[in-house]
Order: sequence, then C-alpha cells, then structure tokens
Amino acid sequence: MNAVVTVFYYLLTAYVAVLLAANFLKNKKWQDEVLYIIVLIPLILRLLRLK
Amino acid sequence: MTRKAVIAVFGAALAFFAGLSFTRSRHLREPVVPGPSVSRVARLGDYFRPLEGTVNDANVYVLEGKEPGGTVLLLGGTHPEEPAGRLAAWIFAENAELAKGRIFVILTANRSASTATRLGGAYPPDFTIPTAWGGRKFRMGDRWSNPLDQWPDPEVYLHYPTRQELAYVDIRNLNRAFPGRPNGTLTEKTCYAITELIRREKVDIAIDFHEAELQYPVISTIVAHQKGADLAAAASMFISSLEGFSIGVENSPKALRGLSHREIGDATDAISLLLEAPEPFLDATRGRTNRELLLTGKDDFVVRAGKRGLLFEKIDEKGWPIDVRVGRHTSTVLQILEIWSGDNPEKAVIVSGVPRYTDVVRNGTGAYLKDPKTADQSKVFFE
Repeated sequence: MNAVVTVFYYLLTAYVAVLLAANFLKNKKWQDEVLYIIVLIPLILRLLRLK
Repeated sequence: MTRKAVIAVFGAALAFFAGLSFTRSRHLREPVVPGPSVSRVARLGDYFRPLEGTVNDANVYVLEGKEPGGTVLLLGGTHPEEPAGRLAAWIFAENAELAKGRIFVILTANRSASTATRLGGAYPPDFTIPTAWGGRKFRMGDRWSNPLDQWPDPEVYLHYPTRQELAYVDIRNLNRAFPGRPNGTLTEKTCYAITELIRREKVDIAIDFHEAELQYPVISTIVAHQKGADLAAAASMFISSLEGFSIGVENSPKALRGLSHREIGDATDAISLLLEAPEPFLDATRGRTNRELLLTGKDDFVVRAGKRGLLFEKIDEKGWPIDVRVGRHTSTVLQILEIWSGDNPEKAVIVSGVPRYTDVVRNGTGAYLKDPKTADQSKVFFE
C-alpha cells in the first residue's frame, strides 16, 4: 500500500512539473518565468531522486 | 525566446549543482577501521531479510571477548543529526578490547536519515573531525528517514502496535517506531530488525546514543526503562562523583510510545537505556547553523536564551564542544558496564581501550579514530 501511494505521489509531482513547464513556456513576463523555473527545481530533483 | 532559453539554462544549472551537492552528500562513504575485538561484521538484514539490500541494511560490528559473558547493544545514529552519539559508537567499534562478553555496535541505525539534512534547516551536508593524520569526514544527517526512501508521510501516524497517535512526520523517526513492524514502512522495518537482533542475540542491555537541544527538558540524562532504573541511578551517582561531569536519570514514560527506552524494554528481555547529551546546534534559538556550531557548540543566541531562563542545561561562552559530548557518552557506557559487571559476574562485559570523558576532552575525538589509509584495506568497512 505504501508503495502504491508513493507511485501516485511521484505521478502527481510529474504532473505539476509539466504544468509549471507549460506555464513557463506560455508566460510573457520574465519575473514569472524565473519564478516558474525556481519552483520547478525541487520537483525535478525529487523526480530524479536526487533530493 | 532567447530570454526563456537563458532563464531555462539558469534553472538547469541551479538544478545540476544542487543535485550534485545532494548526490555527493548522500553517497559520502564513511570509513570504519574495526578494532581488535571485532570478530565479524554482520548486517541488520541478517536479522530481518526484507531489510537486506535496502539503504537501512546497516553494518553491525560484533565485538567478542575471550570469555563468555553478557551482551550489550550500542545504537549510534538513531538520529544522525546528533553526531556525538555516532562518534561515541565509532570509538567503541574502533578501539574497544573485550576480555569478557559481547558488544554489538551499530554506527548508523537509520542510514537513510544520515543521507539527508533537515528541510529548511540550512544544515551543512557534512562535518570533519580533525585527526593527527588529517581528518575524517562524516555525513551530517537528519532526525528522520530520507523522503527519497520513505514518502509521502500520512496525515496521521498511528504507532504500531499501540495505535497511539504521534506527529505525522515521526513515521520516519526511528525513535518513534520501535518495536517495529515487519510489513510496515522502511523505518518500522528497521526498528523490527533491531528488535529481532536484540531477541536473537539475547542482548542484556541496549543503549541508544542521542543528543538534545538545551530547550528540551530531557537532557544530560540517562532515560531508563524500569528494568534498568537501578543500574541507571547507580551509574549516575558514580559518574557524578568520578568522571568529572554530572548526569541525571529519567524514568521512561509508560504512556509515550515508540521510543527505544520504552519499547525495547517492553518487547524484549533487554534493559533499555537512552543517553542524552547537550547539542546547541539543535536549539531553535541558534544563530548560524554551520559546521563550527556543530563542533564547538558555541552560540551567542543560545547563551542569551540561557540568561533568560529558557534552557534546561547550562551554557556559557565555552559552549558544548563535540569532544565533551562524545566523552560524556563513552564514560557513561563504561560506568554502566562496570556496574552491570560487578552486579552480574556471570554476565559481565569487561572492556578496555575505550577513552573516558577526561581522555576525549584532553586528546580530542579524532585521537581515537583510526587512519583508514594505513589500515589493512580488506578490513576497512564503510557506513
């Protein structure tokens, strides 16, 4: 059961990361683009199992 | 588009260097040069197969005397962010000579927790103990298992088997998961393996090394299960009169579950004791959270808290250096073993070669760490 929940959390993390990346590409303001990238970093590190 | 590319490259660079730092910290190899009485190095997985090959399949250093006697377990690294506990266990593994009995030493009881630092805590990833031959680097670690190994945390953590409700994050805290659960989380399985080790090896005394913030009331003390209350009280008296420092005794609360001093005593035949030393690095009022604070225990803000009566232990400008904290642990264990051996000659554990408090304070912890470069490489192990 723990493993199943963990898999769902990783899927959720990936989904949010994709949303952030899509918003980064759509955005026009550089301040928001920087913000999206910074928020994306911990999600990427978790997906790569680095942090 | 060029702007987006620049920002994306900036983010990728940040992620790369952050990832590199985390990876190096997670995989830092800590050498161990087993001492003269180490007859073999087992693994926690030997006592509970499902733990085999996992990050928490810790080394178990088995020290055996020439004569049979009692059996003691020393647990270091239950909370790796309390490094004096790990270092005291290290000194036993690398220096102890046993004439009688057995000592099992685990240096990194929760190895997963040693591979991450506290989120938002700004902890250094590692620290170095100076030695005559250079220095030995150790992982800093955290109180809880690494979320990479056990994640996510539940909304509510119900301790097994009592179903007592504990803080949700403590489902990753080794000292809230005893006696463990064979089909539970990684942390619960690790506790189960340690409990199995204690049962199968017929451990007489299990001693869990810790450190605590000065704002925590359970500090500079031996927390004792009722089976070990007399032993702890005698040790406290002898230490306070002979060793150059004072240590108190606390009874293990029967209503607070999951802790080693309660659950090991309840679930096995062993006497369970937990040792606490002061670590200003953990205090919420601390200043810069760096390696210097970890090793010197000096912090102006914690001193100020003390002047306002907010602490349960004294502190002045001398701080609480790591050597003082390690020496407290080694002397406390030696006194416990001496008293136990005097009262139980058939189950005595006679040990020499381990420095006492005054030795560690005078010579430094590093004087009792062996140089892995000059050791027989086939006998060097890694944590």
